[in-house]
Amino acid sequence: MSVVTLHINDEIVSARSDQKLLEVIREQGIEIPTLCHMDGISELGGCRLCLVEVKGSNRLLAACVTPVQEGMSVYTHSERLVNYRHITMELLLSERNHTCAVCVMNGHCELQYEAAELGVDHVRYEYMTPDLPIDASHSKFTLDHNRCILCMRCVRVCDEVEGAHTLDVMGRGTNSRIITALNRPWGDSISCTKCGKCVQVCPTGALFEKGSSVGEMEKRHAFLSWILNGRERKEWHW
Amino acid sequence: MDKQKRKKKIRLATAWLGGCAGCHMSLLDLDERLIDLFEVVELVYSPIADIKTFPKAVDVTLVEGAVANVDHLELAEVIRRNSTIVVSFGDCAVTGNVTSLRNRLKIDDLLTKVYHEGPGTAPRGLEEDGIMPALIPKVLPLHQVIHIDGYLPGCPPEPDHIWQAVSTLLDGQPVRLTQEMRYFG
Amino acid sequence: MNREELQVIGEREREKQQSYRCRILCCASTPCLSSGATAVIETFKEVIKEFDLEAEVTVTSTGCMGPCSRGPLVTVQMNGQQDVIYEHVTPELARDIALAHAAPEAKPLDRNVLPADLPFFNKQKKVVLANSGLIDPTRLESYVARDGYSALAHALREMTPTEVCEEVIRSGLRGRGGAGYPAGLKWDLVRKAPGDKKYIIANGDEGDPGAYMDRTLMESDPHRILEGMAIAGYAVGADQGFVYVRGEYPIAAKRLENAIRMAERRGLLGSRVLDSPFGFRIDIRIGAGAFVCGEETALMASIMGRRGQPWPRPPYPAQKGLWGLPTLINNVETFGNIAPIISHGADWFGAIGTEKSKGTKIFALAGTVETTGLIEVPMGISLRDIVFEIGGGIPNDRQFKAAQTGGPSGGCIPTDHLDTPVDYESLGALGSIMGSGGLVVMDDTSCMPDVAKFFMEFCMEESCGKCVPCRVGTVQLHRILEHVTDGSATLDDLDRLEELCVMMKETSLCGLGQSAPNPLLSTLKYFREEYEAHITNHTCPAGKCTMFGVPPLQLTRDLLRNTLQAKNDTEVS
Repeated sequence: MSVVTLHINDEIVSARSDQKLLEVIREQGIEIPTLCHMDGISELGGCRLCLVEVKGSNRLLAACVTPVQEGMSVYTHSERLVNYRHITMELLLSERNHTCAVCVMNGHCELQYEAAELGVDHVRYEYMTPDLPIDASHSKFTLDHNRCILCMRCVRVCDEVEGAHTLDVMGRGTNSRIITALNRPWGDSISCTKCGKCVQVCPTGALFEKGSSVGEMEKRHAFLSWILNGRERKEWHW
Repeated sequence: MDKQKRKKKIRLATAWLGGCAGCHMSLLDLDERLIDLFEVVELVYSPIADIKTFPKAVDVTLVEGAVANVDHLELAEVIRRNSTIVVSFGDCAVTGNVTSLRNRLKIDDLLTKVYHEGPGTAPRGLEEDGIMPALIPKVLPLHQVIHIDGYLPGCPPEPDHIWQAVSTLLDGQPVRLTQEMRYFG
Repeated sequence: MNREELQVIGEREREKQQSYRCRILCCASTPCLSSGATAVIETFKEVIKEFDLEAEVTVTSTGCMGPCSRGPLVTVQMNGQQDVIYEHVTPELARDIALAHAAPEAKPLDRNVLPADLPFFNKQKKVVLANSGLIDPTRLESYVARDGYSALAHALREMTPTEVCEEVIRSGLRGRGGAGYPAGLKWDLVRKAPGDKKYIIANGDEGDPGAYMDRTLMESDPHRILEGMAIAGYAVGADQGFVYVRGEYPIAAKRLENAIRMAERRGLLGSRVLDSPFGFRIDIRIGAGAFVCGEETALMASIMGRRGQPWPRPPYPAQKGLWGLPTLINNVETFGNIAPIISHGADWFGAIGTEKSKGTKIFALAGTVETTGLIEVPMGISLRDIVFEIGGGIPNDRQFKAAQTGGPSGGCIPTDHLDTPVDYESLGALGSIMGSGGLVVMDDTSCMPDVAKFFMEFCMEESCGKCVPCRVGTVQLHRILEHVTDGSATLDDLDRLEELCVMMKETSLCGLGQSAPNPLLSTLKYFREEYEAHITNHTCPAGKCTMFGVPPLQLTRDLLRNTLQAKNDTEVS
């Protein structure tokens, strides 16, 4: 594997040529917000929070899907980027009914954390307050569309890691909806193995374990790389 | 706060729109710091003080709760007109929060459910009764109605956060909370 | 079949056509069909049978003739006479036309005849649509008689793949799908991409409201597209092509399907094209009604049977396209340009158009102009010529207000810029785009915020939902525009509108989101005073908007009741 040299925020950095920008940026200890990215599953490039400026490119590029290139010069926190991330977060918060105060994930939520991190203390856009259902038909888990940000982590982990592909997405635009078992109640699903990976990777309170009350749901993300390391490299260190 | 320099006390008001009063409870949880606070401020209007009308020339007003009905609209307008600085105090004022959970329902359905089908003899839920102010179609966060100078999120905001915000305000600084204080919920 | 046999077929077909004294061509494209062309064609056939004129008169269903608002259109060709075009042809009129022209001393009718010097035709230059309206799209011979497939034969026998690519580069042809990327460079990238298996895709998933260039081309001259694709396949080393046809275009899909089958039967497609070692097959894929599938990566996802969502580029389709293999994807109109370029040469093509935008462009001229329809003009023609010469100006004594190019991704161009030459750069500089070729003319009864709202609503409903700026941004922009048009917006909203537009342009994942703010931004740029009138004066200058809304703070008891009442009344009525 060859090595490439690039600039991140004017610092010289070397990276393996098969790495994505996001990984290299994080290795430098630079914090960059993400919501749809998750170590261990494929990239989506949809939340647009990890956008970076690359010198010579007139477009902003999502760090999670952009491969490193020799000699590229990357800026991660320009004024423009910070502003755009701020707006993106406001848009996300305005889309569905994110009422933190009554959420099972209050205090542990990635959306809540990134919003605070980005300095979003209010949303300038109108709240859309859509009327969305909650699917509580499953014996162990609940799917609450009101808190979903359509990051598709659950869909990807169910397909790529568990291999069940119980979850998918239907509709388009803001009417997109995570569905289970081809848009039938989750509890009726034959393919669902009740493994709970979807719940563990969900950044918000859209997927949670039954029985947890406000602020009680915490999620474990590290298990994913643990499983994958074990499966692919036979390394079983926690 | 530099107490010596200030001769005139700062005129502070707090107001209560569509919320649960929890933010005011949290304000009271400032405990002994309240004594420090009232050395430099004068409370000119508040749900916890017996003052009927909103006074003129208020320096700082903390507003709890979202805008849910016509009375709230009118009070919000009066507050803005008479205050130098208005702060959205707590999640309901900042985001609509629990108060806005009714936004997905039609007003008529909501009133029918709560007042007509509800237990006991309740007002009919129509503003013609003169008992209940007319509900506006959607509950709005305060900044979508009037201009807001600072935001203090939290449900309720913790006393420490309130103290931080209020003390910077009284020092004449804009409300700027640190990252860990900016949480919704 | 080889090249010589091809020539024989063409010769025989030409002789056959010449043997008729009178040839009646009836447009059988969607616009004319929807205004009654089927009955007209039937009438012609009946009359010919009734008067036993089969040896002298022939009637042919052709593709589009242009001025669609005047349909059904019929062209009558007589040997040694000028062609006559009839408009608004009814079955009764068709009978009269047939009898008038079939009579021994044939004389055209004096009714419903389009004047021969109509500016609609004079300012046009037909390259891609050269056969449209003259040939029967369902018959291969009809296309071959007009030198069809001779470019393919020429390329296969006389040129190497590299030479074909170079010829296309030299012609200066740019992609006709909207962005205008040089077609030849793209071909060359795919040609150089490593791998034995490559694909060609013709993008016929046209979705802009009011635009139907691709549909017409596919309906009127399907073999032209197939020939272009086969030449491309030879040039880049691909042996499989797909035509992606919009689901709402059943006639286009049927004619393409038929054309592919005929070309395969004659050995013009298939394992040995024109008896050469080159093999090329074409299949049709039908869209399922998503606008975003016109975006190349989403289109490829759709062909592969996945959810129609774009994926981030790079890697570009030329590197990793269908099933991870190098793929050349061009608009059907781009492929329509290939055969003339190969036949007549890059220099001939380069002489048409402007310095940077070569050739011609097809536009679907719609909106408030005298004559709407499908036109093909040389690049660089002014908008004024298109609107006032070709289109015949604004009807009903109204004033021209704006021309919208490029559909929901384009912008509105005001009167001051009417003399702008129509090419990629000039339109881009005005905040609009060439786009695939929609051109909607608006008179002074159009309200610009309302127009912006219309296009934003379109984008909102067509956003795929993958990336946040497009998925939520379009909804928020639409909300603010709703407030502008109902009078409940504030001046702060205008700033928010602009900021969000710029943000969406820069952060969205694909072209749909990146260009969705264009109609809004351009109307805001050229018609800002109209937005401000809605907000500060609470009036709609064009008189379109109802203005029932009230800004939140002005909502008093009485007003609230009135507004709700007014809203209920409109909903009831």
